[in-house]
Amino acid sequence: MRRRLPSPFRRFAPPSSVGSALPPAGPEQRGALFTRRSQWEREGARSAQPSGKGEGDGLPINAALWLLGLFAVAPLLWMLSVSLMQPGEAAHFPPPLLPHHPTLQNYVTLFATTDMARFFLNSLLLATLATFISTAFNVMAGYAFAKLAFRGRDMLFRWLLAALVIPAQVAMIPLFLLCKELGLVNSYAGVLVPSIATVFGIFLVRQYALAIPDELLEAARIDGASEWRIFRSIALPALTPMLVTLATFAFLASWSDFLWPLIILNDTDMQTLPVALANLSREHVQDFELMMAGAVVTLAPVLLLFLALQRYYLSGLLAGSVKG
Amino acid sequence: MNRQRAAWGFVAPALVALGLFFFLPIAAALVLSFTDFDIYALADLHNLRFVGLDNYLTLLRTPLFWKALGNTIEFVVLGVPLSIATSLGAALLINSKLARFKGLFRTIFFAPVVTTLVAVAVIWRYLFNTQFGLINWLLGLVGLGPVDWLGDPHWAMPAIVVFAVWKNFGYNMIILLAGLQAIPDDLYEAARIDGAGRLAQFRHVTLPALGPVLLLVSILTMAAYFQLFAEPYVMTQGGPVQSTTSIIYLMFVQGFQFWNLGYATAVAFVLFAILFALTLVQLRVSRRWSER
Repeated sequence: MRRRLPSPFRRFAPPSSVGSALPPAGPEQRGALFTRRSQWEREGARSAQPSGKGEGDGLPINAALWLLGLFAVAPLLWMLSVSLMQPGEAAHFPPPLLPHHPTLQNYVTLFATTDMARFFLNSLLLATLATFISTAFNVMAGYAFAKLAFRGRDMLFRWLLAALVIPAQVAMIPLFLLCKELGLVNSYAGVLVPSIATVFGIFLVRQYALAIPDELLEAARIDGASEWRIFRSIALPALTPMLVTLATFAFLASWSDFLWPLIILNDTDMQTLPVALANLSREHVQDFELMMAGAVVTLAPVLLLFLALQRYYLSGLLAGSVKG
Repeated sequence: MNRQRAAWGFVAPALVALGLFFFLPIAAALVLSFTDFDIYALADLHNLRFVGLDNYLTLLRTPLFWKALGNTIEFVVLGVPLSIATSLGAALLINSKLARFKGLFRTIFFAPVVTTLVAVAVIWRYLFNTQFGLINWLLGLVGLGPVDWLGDPHWAMPAIVVFAVWKNFGYNMIILLAGLQAIPDDLYEAARIDGAGRLAQFRHVTLPALGPVLLLVSILTMAAYFQLFAEPYVMTQGGPVQSTTSIIYLMFVQGFQFWNLGYATAVAFVLFAILFALTLVQLRVSRRWSER
């Protein structure tokens, strides 16, 4: 009988506010995880072929698709368009859809009058550090939970999974006090503290690493390779696709995180983009164009990253929702 | 044993980090929620007193807590069915044999999921603008409105729900899509031979096959929606007249604006209790499902 991932958990889950769930997996699910990516591609390819069979008219379906697509993408296009308008242009009725005379003025003003460049670098630095640290820690732990026998392993893993039910917010206030004791309030290290390792990440790596053949590792052991060497030269290469997935998750989660940086950082200098943007939007309520430029600056990196790595991201999302 | 030691070496960094920065705080939270930890205790721990269940009892007597709980439940009750329905609709459309540009639409539908919540909340605040917002303009075209979306206590939460659906539907769509693709074609074939139309096929083949996934996705979405915070923080600041103050928003205000940390932790534990109950329901139902 299959058990299931107990609960979504913002801190561990991808940066959406919706957690993970389980697609119906076949009996081959364990082994299949290893080939999850190619399976995904296959499905994509299969469904990408419009069938010629006469099943009626595709018009309503395609029209609905375009409508829903418009709903999904319109706010983002509108943001881009307004960010290129003259200051004050968007506050008209009927609302203009396209800039009359496109200008980069808002971006210039944004970077000149606010510390946007600073916030951007803060976010970039923190997200990069969080990505490297959490990916490294999660991969090591996930691999060990899958492939190295040690006493209490399975029980420990079960406890870790059970902890997924606990919402991160419960830990936040004591964590803040702990950081205060450690002198980490208002420091980059303080921001990073909750993302050093994540249960979700460990779980994801473990599921993927289960498919590495034991014989391969055993053979290396007989040849006298150290466990560390085996990890580096056999496990890591096999886990590379999952590493990319994990790193993407970590970067996006860190980039978009809001509540914790809001709590732990006081200095304006150190703020991350989401916190800074929330503050700016309170000060500049009427400046449509300026705020949209700020939103573009915040969203561009994550959207580009997603477009570049979406295959890894989506396959990881599905793999993460299967539980062995 | 050498291999044991190596294994512990691999898991230790992650376990130490999780233990110190997650499990220890959780344990501390339970203790904290039984104290009157406030700004005086923050300055000097000698001011800390154990108050037993006082925080919880105060909470139950505070109208704003019930209001926040009610608001959060309103968000969940409106948001979850709407989100799931949109996700399912999107998944069915993309899975249709007649659909074109599936890859493109999958990307487009998913894009809002990866966006930064605060940034898109700022966008939607302007889309909901009473005077110049696109939404009221569109409504005006069909003779409705204008609605003071974020300024009217009746409309603020529904507006946030619409925003949340937009932001999140792509996530469950991906999972439901995988579920749909796992339904064997033969089932549809058999239904067609039996003379089932498209609607009948959906009711008698798709829905039953998708049932477990749908249920799971619903419960997980519920749990996520109970943690509502950044949306009201950016779009309405919990207003108007506290109509969008959620549980976590209340925790944030109590904890980090009034520094009633003991009290705020009790608020967080109430949320935990709700999510825990949800998980139990989920486990029970999914167990029943897999026994069938």
